[in-house]
Amino acid sequence: MRSLTYLAVTLLVMGLAFWAYRENYRTQAAISSMSQVQREIARLREDLGVLRAEWAYLNRPERLAELVDLNFERLQLVPVDSDQFMGLEHIDYPRPPAATPTDNTGDDANPEEQKP
Amino acid sequence: MIRTPLRPLARILRARDRGENPDEIEAENRRLRHEAIQDKARRRAEGRLVLMSACFVMAFVTVGVRMGALASSEPSEPRAQVLSAQIISQRADITDRRGRVLATNLLTHSVYAHPHQMVDPVGAARGLAAIFPDLDQDRLIRDFTGSRKFMWIKRKVSPEQMQAVHDIGEPGLLFGPREMRIYPNGRIASHILGGSGFGQEGVSSAEVLGIAGVEKAFDNWLRDPSNDGAPLALSIDLTAQSAMEEVLDSGMKLMNAKGAAGILLEIETGEVVAMASLPDFDPNNRPRPLLKGDPSDSPLFNRAVQGQYELGSTFKIFPVAQAMDLKLINPNTGINSASPMKIGKYLIHDFHNYGKQLSATDVIVKSSNVGTVRIAQMLGVERQKDFLEKLGLFKPTTIEMVEAPTGKPLVPSRWPAVTSATVSFGHGLAASPLHLAAAYATIGNKGKTVTPTLIHGRKRAEGEQILSPRAAELSIGMLRQVVTRGTARQAEVEGYEIAGKTGTADKPRPAGGYYKDKVVATFASLFPASDPKYVLIVTLDEPSVVNARGRESRTAGATAVPVAAELVRRLAPLLGLEARTDEKLPKIAARFQPRVEPAPGDAIKLVSNK
Repeated sequence: MRSLTYLAVTLLVMGLAFWAYRENYRTQAAISSMSQVQREIARLREDLGVLRAEWAYLNRPERLAELVDLNFERLQLVPVDSDQFMGLEHIDYPRPPAATPTDNTGDDANPEEQKP
Repeated sequence: MIRTPLRPLARILRARDRGENPDEIEAENRRLRHEAIQDKARRRAEGRLVLMSACFVMAFVTVGVRMGALASSEPSEPRAQVLSAQIISQRADITDRRGRVLATNLLTHSVYAHPHQMVDPVGAARGLAAIFPDLDQDRLIRDFTGSRKFMWIKRKVSPEQMQAVHDIGEPGLLFGPREMRIYPNGRIASHILGGSGFGQEGVSSAEVLGIAGVEKAFDNWLRDPSNDGAPLALSIDLTAQSAMEEVLDSGMKLMNAKGAAGILLEIETGEVVAMASLPDFDPNNRPRPLLKGDPSDSPLFNRAVQGQYELGSTFKIFPVAQAMDLKLINPNTGINSASPMKIGKYLIHDFHNYGKQLSATDVIVKSSNVGTVRIAQMLGVERQKDFLEKLGLFKPTTIEMVEAPTGKPLVPSRWPAVTSATVSFGHGLAASPLHLAAAYATIGNKGKTVTPTLIHGRKRAEGEQILSPRAAELSIGMLRQVVTRGTARQAEVEGYEIAGKTGTADKPRPAGGYYKDKVVATFASLFPASDPKYVLIVTLDEPSVVNARGRESRTAGATAVPVAAELVRRLAPLLGLEARTDEKLPKIAARFQPRVEPAPGDAIKLVSNK
């Protein structure tokens, strides 16, 4: 009986040692994969920073003004003027397209159907 | 195990033969057996003690060795924490009020050399000189072949240049990462942002430090890792700022001025929406400060904050507003305006002679020096000083820039009657345009003081009431008349009801006295007059323009006012300010009832249990 207990305890200790060994390696693997993910996050953030800087640089007012001047023929953009403001109730919205029998909500006004 | 019997028969029989007591044999055997048992027990106990002590010794040795190892080795942080710290970049971004980037970081590389590791120093020097034209080849050769062990070659290089340096193939040329501050919008808001440079430099990193402006004022905040990389949101609106700089620049050229400053301030919050000072500079490539001559000639000089100008007639509204607040006058009170007026040995003149008497409104509308002095005399020196001090015209503004304390107003130390008189029409007290903006914002804010700020969306204490709302309203009415029928008629922009006051002040000579032909022209305005939302200050330094009659004119009415009008025309729509018109537009009934998506159900619902 006693030797059986000894055997059981020995096996238990060996089992626990094996489990601890495996846990240790799994933890290390998790840490290294985490550090890899962190490095990737850092790299992506760096890229994001570069892209944000680039976006800001490409959208700098000076360049946009130049582009507007270059494409004046097509876009005809001029600075906002005070008479471009108007109350919603003064705007003659176009009637929505005739509702098809299947779609009876009629909430999607088609801007192409402009009335003079 | 063989057990020896206690009474072995053979020995007992022998003992009986010899006539001895056989019980002694039994006792002897019993003693021996007990001794054996005791020995065994002692050995076991000893064994246990040894085992126990061995265990203790091992445990203590383990702890001791670990402690020794910890004490003797270099400390290092746990791995998991180091990794998350390096993600956040060194310095936070700066954005405008709508989140558009004004300053950000970019990772570049620096090039340094270890000349003792070089294979071909002369070839490397030639290669570097070919890549960077500003490097001197002979000097590089001298440095590389000399006894130096380390030298910086370039602080910042572009990726293309880095590749080109790589292609030289010299093992003694090395790269270190460098975080670099860039301002993608170039010159826009350059004075506000200031600039940045490197602090302590190492091979693997360098500190980025603010040099001027907001960058320096918020240096600690921007470098604080506890903010989690959150950007600093300024109150500046990039669109408005760039439009202001554009209009101001063309206005400055048109008016032949050598400098210009403009400030647009939101009255309710005190937030500076746009603030420009020309000439300006590129913060990416900040010029060096002037070592000699007048610092205000440098493009680094921020006229809006640092400039100390006698702002002329724009000050006239302050004594008038105060007198109305104290109920000494009302807008129709007649004021003696006979020019010239004598104070002690000094004579005070008006630009034109306006006759014997003017109403208080006309004193402002026609900008009469004499009339203003009369009103200031009603107030007395103490009350006049007290009011100007409450308007913040005696101390530097608290705007969040390192340059703010240098813009301390030049206040006369003594106030005899003549100083009090000249200060009432804006001479003898020099303040920055930002001071003027804050003072006008106080009038526009129904008499509550306004503190200008560059930070967006911060909760701030309400200002002190230093002027009754009634007096503030009457003052705005007077300022409105300056534009409709006074000296600033060119500022009439339809729909925006500008109310303002012009000011033309002779520039003081450094040696004393005033220049005859150099002025600072200022236009301080509020708009829209019926419900003031913004304050706009335009200051032109030494403008002069030839008017339609072929005569040279330097007054603010002919120089600063048209620029201000153009600014309002451009900026007000950009800020979403609607023009007020009397025109009645037809109301058009909706031709259809738009179906609106119901709002997500986070509202409280009434639920009945019955």
